[in-house]
Amino acid sequence: MNILGIYYYWVFAVLLMIGFYAVIAKLNLIKKLIGLSLFQAAVFLLYITMGKVEGASAPIYGFGAETFSNPLPQVLILTAIVVGISTTALGLGIVVRIKEEYDSIEEDDIQEMDRR
Amino acid sequence: MTVIFGIFLLTLLLITAVAIVHTTNLFVAVMLMGIASLLIAANFFLLDAADVALTEAAVGAGISTVLFLGALALTSEREKSPTSRKALSFVVVTLAALVVIYATFDKPQFGSPDAPTQTYVAPWYLEKTQEYIDIPNVVTAVLGSFRAYDTLGEVFVVFTAGIGVLFLLAGSAGGGKRRAPVGSDVGLSQHLIPRVVGRLLIPFILLFGLYVQFHGEYGPGGGFQAGAIIAAAVVLYALLEGENKALQVIPQRVLLGLVAGGALLYGGVGVASMMMGGNFLDYSVLAADPVKGQQLGIILIEAGVGMTVTGVLLIIFHAFAARGR
Repeated sequence: MNILGIYYYWVFAVLLMIGFYAVIAKLNLIKKLIGLSLFQAAVFLLYITMGKVEGASAPIYGFGAETFSNPLPQVLILTAIVVGISTTALGLGIVVRIKEEYDSIEEDDIQEMDRR
Repeated sequence: MTVIFGIFLLTLLLITAVAIVHTTNLFVAVMLMGIASLLIAANFFLLDAADVALTEAAVGAGISTVLFLGALALTSEREKSPTSRKALSFVVVTLAALVVIYATFDKPQFGSPDAPTQTYVAPWYLEKTQEYIDIPNVVTAVLGSFRAYDTLGEVFVVFTAGIGVLFLLAGSAGGGKRRAPVGSDVGLSQHLIPRVVGRLLIPFILLFGLYVQFHGEYGPGGGFQAGAIIAAAVVLYALLEGENKALQVIPQRVLLGLVAGGALLYGGVGVASMMMGGNFLDYSVLAADPVKGQQLGIILIEAGVGMTVTGVLLIIFHAFAARGR
């Protein structure tokens, strides 16, 4: 049980770093944004996992539950998801404009054009 | 049992994430992102976060996929450049992962009721929700009343992102005149199965969205989720019938009105509570009975949140779709 108890956190660490790898190693701008979304998802999962209480139920009264999981991380992440999609959309908008100006969404192409 | 199922879902999620980063076909990557979102939503549900699962399913698996596809249609579907600094990035990422994993040995065990997170302020919110606000869903109570300032801030962030996308994409492409819309009102209408299934589903998705909006105090739900679900229904309609038809149903100015109106309604409730002698966003003064006032305030601000989120998500969708013509 000891390893199972922290296995969740390891998954988030790995997921976080998979996302981060896409951000730093991939040159395609859309791929970078996808990596950022994965990174974000890992943080969301970490928060929600920390709020879980063994044997408890969702923090809603009236369904006969006695103990509840922590509602605070849920509130934070609930809003963060919607804010996350809005900021991702803004990022995609910038990528589309870059494509129109440079005719490329590859970071190395764009930097070369800037140097010229 | 729950733990085993959770571990299964998370392992699938890791495999999906590796596949997302590995593939050079961005279309595949976006589709896999949808699957990853669904896995994440299922996992949220296992972790007792019903509200969050609902949001993630609607936003991550629904709207985010459509937005990424819209961006792909305007850019390109394939990654051209090879991965750069592969070895260096891999070393950095592995080291960072090991540091984070090392830190987890100090973390409390999964689900432990004595963890600092569970013992500090959370019990206060769980107890006082019934006394001060008396609605069953504690998440909605915290979101709408206890932490209403934060939520107002989030609504403004969403609002600003919508305005930002409009600034970036609503102008005409390349400074020239926008081309006449050719075939953009066709959608998927020649495809029989998506059309029939979609037509059957859309009314129910809308109804579910409204249910989630107005039942948010009693069950999982609220403005953020409802906004995402209603936007998803309209996006589905636009995909099936063509974007122009969707714009005829809900014109752009109505969407702009929703965006600004929702944020104004939220702020207006705050100002109204100041006018009536309370603090900003202190709903207790809105009705004779403080508890009733809290409930009224939450219903109003949730409506504001729902309006803004629906409006912004649809405006962003239409901005991408219009650019593609």
